[in-house]
Amino acid sequence: MSRNTECIAMLLAGGQGSRLGILTKNIAKPAVPYGGKYRIIDFPLSNCVNSGIYTVGVLTQYQPLELNDYIGNGQPWDLDRENGGVHILSPYQQIKGTAWYKNTANAIYQNINFIDRYNPKYVAILSGDHIYKMDYSKMLAYHKEKNADCTIAMLEVPWEEAPRFGLMIVDDENAITEFEEKPKNPRSNKASMGVYMFTWEKLRRYLLEDEANPASGNDFGHDLIPAMHAAGERMFAYPFDGYWKDVGTIDSLWEANLDLLDPKVDLDLTDTSWKIYSRNPSSPPHYISANAAVQNSLIAGGCEIEGEVDFSVLFSDVVVEKGATVRDSIIMPGTVVRSGAVVQYAIVAENAVIEEGAVVGERPEAMKDLKDWGVAVVGEHITVGRDAVVAPKAMIDADISAAQ
Amino acid sequence: MRMNNVLGLIFSNAYDSAVPELTALRTMGSVPFGGRYRLIDFVLSNMVNCGITKVGVATKSNYQSLMDHLGSGKPWDLSRKTGGIFILPPFSSKDAGGVRNRIEMLHGCMNFLSHSKEEYVILTDCNVVCNTDLGALFDAHTASGADITVAYKRGVKPALTDLMSFAFDGSRITEISVGEPTGGEEAYSLNLFFMRKALLERLIQEAVSLHFDDFERDIIHRNLRTLKICGFEETGFVRTISGLQSFYDANMELLHRENRRQLFTPERPIYTKVRDDMPTIYGLGSEVTNSLIADGCTIEGTVENSILFRGVRVGRGAVVRDCILMQGSMIGENARMGCIVMDKNGVLKPGKTLCGDKTFPIYIGKGIMI
Repeated sequence: MSRNTECIAMLLAGGQGSRLGILTKNIAKPAVPYGGKYRIIDFPLSNCVNSGIYTVGVLTQYQPLELNDYIGNGQPWDLDRENGGVHILSPYQQIKGTAWYKNTANAIYQNINFIDRYNPKYVAILSGDHIYKMDYSKMLAYHKEKNADCTIAMLEVPWEEAPRFGLMIVDDENAITEFEEKPKNPRSNKASMGVYMFTWEKLRRYLLEDEANPASGNDFGHDLIPAMHAAGERMFAYPFDGYWKDVGTIDSLWEANLDLLDPKVDLDLTDTSWKIYSRNPSSPPHYISANAAVQNSLIAGGCEIEGEVDFSVLFSDVVVEKGATVRDSIIMPGTVVRSGAVVQYAIVAENAVIEEGAVVGERPEAMKDLKDWGVAVVGEHITVGRDAVVAPKAMIDADISAAQ
Repeated sequence: MRMNNVLGLIFSNAYDSAVPELTALRTMGSVPFGGRYRLIDFVLSNMVNCGITKVGVATKSNYQSLMDHLGSGKPWDLSRKTGGIFILPPFSSKDAGGVRNRIEMLHGCMNFLSHSKEEYVILTDCNVVCNTDLGALFDAHTASGADITVAYKRGVKPALTDLMSFAFDGSRITEISVGEPTGGEEAYSLNLFFMRKALLERLIQEAVSLHFDDFERDIIHRNLRTLKICGFEETGFVRTISGLQSFYDANMELLHRENRRQLFTPERPIYTKVRDDMPTIYGLGSEVTNSLIADGCTIEGTVENSILFRGVRVGRGAVVRDCILMQGSMIGENARMGCIVMDKNGVLKPGKTLCGDKTFPIYIGKGIMI
């Protein structure tokens, strides 16, 4: 198949997300559940389809089983296509030997053959770790208008957070004049979102050069893009304003979920003109019983709520029994919170059981020292025994027996 | 998986006239039910869950919404190279005056039947809501050596014209009556028939050549002595939709946990068309009790004893009691409603009040703004 496709997307989905701890023990970060029914990768995938990009390579490496299974043939995103569609690209054996994807640029380098099959004029390099809604077709139009070789999506971040990001210094035309990687004293608050648009002919050349350079770390941000910049290629920043979040840590994952309940946050998932697609469980509608009290929450299909739920996100088929309380928490699919249990400021992964009277997490107000406070995490298939207590900031990856 | 030797055939328009409100713009099969389903989802899922891979859906009229719902059959895994879903629109030749009854419908499907290589066939309507193991029916059919097996339910017979009720000798049906319901317990037909395909083809050919026009009277009743016709009792949650009141009641019965357990067993899920809605948002000040709520709703008011379909919005201060609100309904701020069946995309403007009664629910048509 050698059809000419104007633009294809390569989605980097091999990240481990080690700071998410037990949540990414068995799954890659892009497969982490989010927002009551989604997984993080639904966002870039849906963005691609909504932007008219129908050829997407998904590069997987770390714990790919669940992610491969989830993406399947791409049908939920309309990516089961005769021409193009979604392709899972794992590291493979070559005549020179077997090589893992060393880094982001190397991962794309190893799949040059895949990209060449479609002979695209442009390639979008995306990350599978971010939650945002973005029209890549507008970015592509900008890339063409500027006659750029590389366009990097840029977001203005608060100055105090700027040192955490890769920053860009741009001129009046948004041409990039300088890069700063996580500087102590930032001179710019324009952060790179990890969304790149390249002219394929140029990218291909730099990938080959980067691979040939033994000193290179084969990373887009550290090596390839600075190399292009040093060579004087046309590089522009594409201004984006809207919600964008890298859910790299437990706290940011917790926060990003609860952002959906904040009407001031600019991430509207009810917008039918830019739907976020996902694989839908076939659960019946959820049931709220006569004794339940549900406030300011997001609740997915199949849940049975008889207790109190406040400021929380509940995924499908969660059970909250009578007299149980869930507040300021994220509860993933199939978990049961038994009568009298309290789950607060916590993330509880799939199919866990919180037995009667158990307490998971703590409110920051109740802490003597706020430094000890943090979101508590209970791993998948874990049972927290009767009346047991899970401390704030704890990460539970083995069953806890009932309190004596 | 011997059920893949069975062909499914669904009559999507049967008993349309029983619920004229809901079927004015659609078939019985595409009547919304239970918060996110259409009635045909139950029969289709029952068939698919027991291994049937080829299903014909016979249609007569108003079947646009049904075709939209079924699409390629993907949600039921019926988008297949071999078998899958077949929509069978009325095949009216130039001298025919449309399709009047089940025998003519079947006659119109003869090509589909004769070209299918399955040995058995299940015929069913759409107005029965249940989650049943059709494999058990197949086993009973084989065990009894019956020619035809009909599913039935014991209870007060629904008020549908010509609905059969049975008397038995063992499992064999010995008498059939099609009169008015007695009000007492009867064994009434669920209009689900299981037989060899060859037998059905022969019966239809005979009936057509003799100008018979009533499936129950001329095929089932007439052959009661010559064929062995047996009953198969359904014991789980089974509701026959026979009018707006029974539609309302059957929906409301899903507010009981036991009924939901029987209808939505995890072993046999009910599949439906996917809409990719986000989970339901409960706003500050929302008060929801004893209600079944689908995805994609935004609730800021009070909802009690109600069924909300996908994408319903209930404004701040609004009160919804004992209602069924279908997909995309909008209830304005401080509006109040009780015992209303609101069809798709209905709107109750802010501050308005609208009330029916539990024994007389009021129906608001598709897209009507009040």
